[in-house]
Amino acid sequence: MLDYDTLKVIWWVLIGVLLIGFALTSGTDMAVSVLSLRAGRSLKERGAILSTIAPHWDGNQVWLITAGGAIFAAWPEIYSAAFSGLYWAMLLLLFTIWMRPLAFDYRSHIQSERWQKGWDVALFIGSLVPMLICGVAFGNLLEGLPFWQDADLRWHYEGSFLTALLPLLNPFALLCGLVSVLMLLTQGSLWIAMRTGEPIASRGLKWSPRLAVAALVLFGICGIWAWSFDALGLVSRAPEDSFNLITAKQVESVSHGLFANYISHPATMAVPALAVLAILAGAFHALRGRAARAFVENAVGIACIIATPAVALFPFLMPSSRDPASSLTVWDATSSQLTLTIMMFAVVIFVPLALGYTIFAYRRMWRRASPDDANAH
Amino acid sequence: MISETMVELSRWQFAATSLYHFLFVPLTLGLSWLIVAMEIIYVRSGNALYRDMVRFWGKIFGINFALGVATGITLEFEFGTNWSNYSHYVGDIFGAPLAFEGLMAFFLESTFIGLFFTGWNRFSKKGHLAVTILTALGSNLSAMWILIANAWMQYPEFSQFSPEHMRMEMTDWWGLVFSPVAQVKFIHTLCAGYVVGGMFVIGVSAWYMLKDRCLEFAKRSMTIGIVFTFCALGAGGLSGDQAGLEITAHQPAKLAAMEAEYETQEAPASWAAIAIPDEEKMQRRFSIDVPWLFGLLATHSLDTKVPGLIDIVSRNEDRVRSGAQALAALSKIRSGSATNEDRAAFEEHRKDLGYGMLLERYSKNPQAPADDEIRAAARGSVPSVWVSFYSFRAMIGLMGLIGLLAALAAFFHWYKKDLLKRRWLLKILVLAIALPYLASEAGWLLAEVGRQPWAIQDVLPTFAATSTLSTTDVAISLGLFVAIYTVLLVIMATLMVRTVRKGPELSPDPRKIIRAGEANA
Repeated sequence: MLDYDTLKVIWWVLIGVLLIGFALTSGTDMAVSVLSLRAGRSLKERGAILSTIAPHWDGNQVWLITAGGAIFAAWPEIYSAAFSGLYWAMLLLLFTIWMRPLAFDYRSHIQSERWQKGWDVALFIGSLVPMLICGVAFGNLLEGLPFWQDADLRWHYEGSFLTALLPLLNPFALLCGLVSVLMLLTQGSLWIAMRTGEPIASRGLKWSPRLAVAALVLFGICGIWAWSFDALGLVSRAPEDSFNLITAKQVESVSHGLFANYISHPATMAVPALAVLAILAGAFHALRGRAARAFVENAVGIACIIATPAVALFPFLMPSSRDPASSLTVWDATSSQLTLTIMMFAVVIFVPLALGYTIFAYRRMWRRASPDDANAH
Repeated sequence: MISETMVELSRWQFAATSLYHFLFVPLTLGLSWLIVAMEIIYVRSGNALYRDMVRFWGKIFGINFALGVATGITLEFEFGTNWSNYSHYVGDIFGAPLAFEGLMAFFLESTFIGLFFTGWNRFSKKGHLAVTILTALGSNLSAMWILIANAWMQYPEFSQFSPEHMRMEMTDWWGLVFSPVAQVKFIHTLCAGYVVGGMFVIGVSAWYMLKDRCLEFAKRSMTIGIVFTFCALGAGGLSGDQAGLEITAHQPAKLAAMEAEYETQEAPASWAAIAIPDEEKMQRRFSIDVPWLFGLLATHSLDTKVPGLIDIVSRNEDRVRSGAQALAALSKIRSGSATNEDRAAFEEHRKDLGYGMLLERYSKNPQAPADDEIRAAARGSVPSVWVSFYSFRAMIGLMGLIGLLAALAAFFHWYKKDLLKRRWLLKILVLAIALPYLASEAGWLLAEVGRQPWAIQDVLPTFAATSTLSTTDVAISLGLFVAIYTVLLVIMATLMVRTVRKGPELSPDPRKIIRAGEANA
């Protein structure tokens, strides 16, 4: 069996992989859904755009479900504290995400303009809101959330309904939400450029460099803004024989703390640097009309953008602004060694397998869609 | 402090959302294999009619599936949002099968269902059949993992309480996966789904027969539906019997409640067909009994007693008392002031820790409870007899009725060959689409209500499993769930009815044989 601490770090990577998988697959089709309203000038054109993601959106969404399940199994304390604390944000994500399966399946069943337009709007909301919320969530993690653990090891969160929800929509978090939306829209516009015929494809190609640059500028502003934050540093972990394995740890407030990891381990700066370079390269190649290459580069950029706050927070996963000792870290949010071991093998075996048949499915359905074969299914 | 109202609202929300989700799951499970059967016939015979059948029933499958997917995510989320103490307490073991479900089943099902709908002209006949089979396999595998998780809630072995983390931790992964309770639950739930699928196909085909439309299509669908329903009913009955034995072995309180057995009867116990339970006084006010039957069903023997609720409650008083001692010892251990004696006391009583937690609802000082508080907790350690008793009878009664209707349909369809003329039966068959749904929901209700007051049988009381939300939070969210779910159900049902009314799109020549190499589409 692997050493417990090593396993915990491996799981930090694995959850990251699943979340990045979610962003790159589902995030792309969400962005395509949003863009379809602008890129598709008629119902037929919109149908053609949607037909490129119709075979895949469901498989893509499983990355979210699997990431959820994996967090439940590997980081039960995160599952417990984050889902209940962020109650309304989670429900908002849920209520909007419901629209997607329905819109994708039901839209083509009735050939009426009102029916199809209605589902286009539902799909728009069901795609845009989740993209935004995921970014907002990262922003709030960087700022810290007002939660704490009591003596019975129950999780609490400050406020209820609007008093809990509205503080999440603060300017910094919204800015992070915009980064998320813009980077995914870049990816979506490149998908449209790759997978549709003219005149739709060139619209996607035209938009992607602008979206990419906008995403990078906001990403940079987030970075500068985050410099001003005090963040938590882990002084010492809870003693292993402690009965309060979470709250017995020692933490301190560090000024410019979100940059502490990057400063102490300069090699990690490769992550944000690669994010910038990859996205710029993607924009460059999109300008030169090479959509497929730009798509891959932008995907690398997105992965690095997501990894950037994760590296900044490490070993913290969910810092508490209200009771710093209640913060959850890679070391104390996890499940037992046995569960981590079993689930690690499960992920290592089944994720590549799923990737394999996902790639098979994408390749098999790989055509350029033209407005004439809309509603193919 | 957690308010009782918030707990009640959380329970209602989970009950409503899971019963709602379970409206779509059984049809997905059943119809997926029915479609596989139709497509196998198509691939082997090349008869275009069977391809049209696959397409039509596939469309119905998709309409149902979309809402199943949407409402399934709700349940995954709710463990965290509304049952956060549950997630904390048992995530180490309960989360694992849930993650497996995603990794092994959902990816498979969801990746291939996209190809099922959109891949007709990108696959050969056999290739498309393989896609359909993988979709069906994925959806059935996901039921397996979910039922492994649910079986553990009924029979929580393979794990141990950790005083350091204050949670249950996994000790035996293979034990969890191959839990006997999980196996029978899996088969039994699949069978329920197959009956729903079979009766759905029978009902819709009957409607076409009534309307004198696409008769060839309807007759052949009817045949497949009847065969399927019979197989599923048979297997469902057998697995139900096995499920009963598992309940006898592991959940005596659920068994006694579902049979309204208050007093322990002499073996072999008689079976009450109907009863009016008096939950206050713990006695039946009235019942119609069938001698021996209960003893035979529950124990497969004539000489084993089945304990009644009164005996179970008095036995549970000891467990509550022992649980209080476990709580007291645990609190000393956790405060660091434990002596060796306290540690020994904890080891002795730890198996009853859940019963100590149950006391928290009835006692201000659960570590040293008064006698009447112990009695109240023990009295509260068994489920509602009304709900358990009648949901069980609804389930078996409806399934019996379904068997009868399917037999009538088979008799007129195959033997008399004049089902088309039996309009009364056709009308009943259309209405009978609802029956297996009701039976499945009743079965689910029995499984979950019969486990109360526990979220995890004997380990974690339901009221201790909630999040620390405010009553307002849960009241508003429950209202939103009900409102949005109602709208979605109306949309889905409207579309379903419309699709059925529109009917299948049949090839111009229904007997056309499509040979290998010819276009599939």
